[in-house]
Amino acid sequence: MISLAGRDILHAWGKFIFTGIGLGLLIGVTLTMAGVYRGMVDDGKVLLDNSGANLWVVQKDTLGPYAESSSIPDDLWRSIRTLPGVAEAANVTYLTMQVGRGEKDVRAMVVGIAAGEPGTSGWPPQLVAGRQITRGHYEAVADIATGFRLGDEVKIRRNHYTVVGLTRRMVSSSGDPMVFIPLKDAQEAQFLKDNDAILMQRRRTEANPAFNRPGVPGLLDAVIASQTSNNSVNAVLVRIQSEYSPQEVAEPIRRWKRLTVYDRAQMEEILVGKLIATSAKQIAMFLVILAVVSAAIVAFIIYTLTMDKIREIAVLKLIGTRNRTISGMILQQALVLGVIGFVVGKITATFAAPLFPKYVLLMPIDSILGFFAVMVICVLASVVAIRMALKVDPAEAIGG
Amino acid sequence: MTAKGIHIEGLSKRYGEGDTAVLALKNVNMQVAPGEVVGLIGPSGSGKSTLLKCLGAVIDPTAGRMVLGNEVIFDDEWKVRDLRALRRDKIGFVFQAPYLIPFLDVTDNVALLPMLAGVGNDDARKRALELLTALDVQHRAKAMPSQLSGGEQQRVAIARGLVNRPPVILADEPTAPLDSVRAMSVIRILNDMARRFETAVIVVTHDEKIIPTFKRIYHIRDGVTHEEAGEGRSFE
Ligand SMILES: Nc1ncnc2c1ncn2[C@@H]1O[C@H](COP(=O)(O)OP(=O)(O)O)[C@@H](O)[C@H]1O
Ligand SMILES: [Mg+2]
Repeated sequence: MISLAGRDILHAWGKFIFTGIGLGLLIGVTLTMAGVYRGMVDDGKVLLDNSGANLWVVQKDTLGPYAESSSIPDDLWRSIRTLPGVAEAANVTYLTMQVGRGEKDVRAMVVGIAAGEPGTSGWPPQLVAGRQITRGHYEAVADIATGFRLGDEVKIRRNHYTVVGLTRRMVSSSGDPMVFIPLKDAQEAQFLKDNDAILMQRRRTEANPAFNRPGVPGLLDAVIASQTSNNSVNAVLVRIQSEYSPQEVAEPIRRWKRLTVYDRAQMEEILVGKLIATSAKQIAMFLVILAVVSAAIVAFIIYTLTMDKIREIAVLKLIGTRNRTISGMILQQALVLGVIGFVVGKITATFAAPLFPKYVLLMPIDSILGFFAVMVICVLASVVAIRMALKVDPAEAIGG
Repeated sequence: MTAKGIHIEGLSKRYGEGDTAVLALKNVNMQVAPGEVVGLIGPSGSGKSTLLKCLGAVIDPTAGRMVLGNEVIFDDEWKVRDLRALRRDKIGFVFQAPYLIPFLDVTDNVALLPMLAGVGNDDARKRALELLTALDVQHRAKAMPSQLSGGEQQRVAIARGLVNRPPVILADEPTAPLDSVRAMSVIRILNDMARRFETAVIVVTHDEKIIPTFKRIYHIRDGVTHEEAGEGRSFE
């Protein structure tokens, strides 16, 4: 027996190729969407990996430092470091903002890293060029996605920083590239006010009789100093000693320091389950719509191709072709269309992924799932055409 | 008890029920011997197509008896379980339009029938080629139907009708789209093939050009047939 589907496809190959390419572009978009989601999850994981921490100590009852704002005193790390099982504790600040690059600005996550040496929690683990920050002020390490190059000037608030090192794929959970600067500078940047605001506040403080008491010299100066300096950080990153479990170390911090502590699994749950949950739903909606549109296209094409063959199908039935053979022909054509579409889609997605501004991670498992989804969609889409073909009466071939 | 060929006794067909019922065939009797080509002639709406459909096992007669070859296929009910196989193996169809499968080449259009009956591809193609040769279209064996002339297409369609060596050929207006030379050649081919393969052939037609060629003609009017001798004129 010859393959009726195969012969029909060879005969009308142009139709199949063009429809397959159209369908393939849709499938490519679908695979890319899935890749965008995977990329977001991966960005979150890379963010956690790169921080080098086992525990994140944040303000009580907040989901900080990535999902909510968190503010804790910057001297807490000393006492945390003395707790059993703590190998290292380091302050860190995170602030997503526009940083100046020449005339323009780029969105970046500014990370304030504690003084220390490379390998300290919060520091970029690897550089692709240049060196780590060595001075306490006005040096920066930027991710190459910001567009900065070695020696460039970064403007953060009123201060200028020199780029001394570059990283790759150091991004925030929303995909913004990171710029690392010394902690002191970052603290200042987070709470830096403009000169007018400082003057206004100073005047208000001076006018307040509670702070400006004639009998207490030095009080006013002390108050103003505490107002203008900032002694907060967003989190303390803790690395634990290998013989301790994260829970063992976290428990005393929670109890004695009245802080919230997250381990790696909890942090992942916050990033993936909460922070990008809405985006994930958004993407899921897109995937559903794309699946429906693809199904509609396949159904429509297979339906039209079958409609064009009603006469031939009646003849085939009259001369004794089994219904199974005819259904098989239509089904095979739908599947071939699906395979062409999938191949085109996979190629499209592979070439398109690197062009996206955020990380797009094409996972083999998504391709495999996508392939089976396409096949299922094609089977379902051919049902309408098959039902129509089965209804064709062989008597129609004889006519009136 | 029956000879080969086609025997129809008391065949009737009613479409619909009650007030709207149409009696399209009324007690039709008909015999066609193997190797014989008979004409079936009648005005539009007289029941010609209904008779072909009953014989072709695509609609159910209401009552009567039909015998194909030496097999009783209908006796007030179908006596054959698999009507599809019956059509495939026992009945060759030739239509007004050739209705070739556009995506199969000429050989495979013909070879498809034996293939459907389970014959291997090579044997089926060999059989197809024999018939295409008999019908003098073997030189177009690799062509696609759209590349053939009308007369060539009709010859391929006849080859398809004959390839499973059915005892019966049902031809519905096979010469309608053809000029008189080609129409005559189709009739000649049908007669040749009928003799060669011992096939009983019924040709439904309006075509004045070919009516004189039949030796026997069944006239049908309002579902009633009566037989008449034809002129049996030579078509050579
Ligand atoms: N499917 C049908 N349902 C009801 N009546 C039909 C149907 N097919 C044919 N008829 C009627 O049966 C009669 C014979 O029709 P038909 O066999 O097609 O005639 P012919 O082929 O000679 O023109 C006509 O009156 C026609 O209206
Ligand atoms: Mg008719």
